[in-house]
Amino acid sequence: MEITVNHLMFGLFAAMIMVFSILTVTTRRILRAATFLLLVLVATAGLYFMLNYQFMAGVQLTLYAGGIVVLIIFSILLTSHISQKFEPVGWKKAYFSALASIAGAILCITTILQHKFQATTEAAKEIDMKLIGNSMLSTDRDGYALPFEVISVLLLAAMIGAIVVAKRKKLKE
Amino acid sequence: MLNAGIPMEAFLVVSTLMFFAGVYGFLTRRNLITILMSVELILNSVNINFLVFNRFLYPDKLQGHFFSLFIIAIAAAEAAVAIAIIINIYRHFNTINVEDVDKMRY
Repeated sequence: MEITVNHLMFGLFAAMIMVFSILTVTTRRILRAATFLLLVLVATAGLYFMLNYQFMAGVQLTLYAGGIVVLIIFSILLTSHISQKFEPVGWKKAYFSALASIAGAILCITTILQHKFQATTEAAKEIDMKLIGNSMLSTDRDGYALPFEVISVLLLAAMIGAIVVAKRKKLKE
Repeated sequence: MLNAGIPMEAFLVVSTLMFFAGVYGFLTRRNLITILMSVELILNSVNINFLVFNRFLYPDKLQGHFFSLFIIAIAAAEAAVAIAIIINIYRHFNTINVEDVDKMRY
């Protein structure tokens, strides 16, 4: 099999995802964990570009890598000391958690590799911004107007809820 | 096509490893923010799966694309509410270690 630029790019992104996602959950400094999470999310956006979903890659970069990671870093700065190191995980807990995760991963990977996936023979549709916008607001069979409206209500509720929860309570007289 | 020559299973294996890294973090971490990060890893691996299935198996449809779009929106809302709750817990208990926060009474 010939090695192409695609293979190299995929290998780079896959290696970044694997290494940094494991470092995210094992590092003992919290700010480093947030940085590794950011790198995982950026590499995931690279995978979306490789799948030709440019819009999803852009959303991934702005919302996940831009929004959520910044939110997480802010809350880290509000709640912990930068130089603080976590206690090392007890060996029993680490051992059994690793055992459960590795067993689950092996099970899933063998299932994936054994299953014969049936691809449809329809012609591929190129997903561009016009198609995304039209189907987001259409009420036809392939339209997503209802979930779009529902999620806008959900975002409003989450925004109000977050403000109410985080608001400082008034001191009682 | 940028994904030419790469089998679908390769993408799925990457997302599986990411999912179980998140599961490991969820089981071992004791800080609320790192638990939230593990949940983000899990959600992200699910997104990869949806997009890969859409691209390789049903390239004529849009379902996987829109499903992961809505998952990202819900993940953003969830992170905002979770961080508001975490900051409130920090004000009450001065810690966000799940083992020290054993009273949810106001």
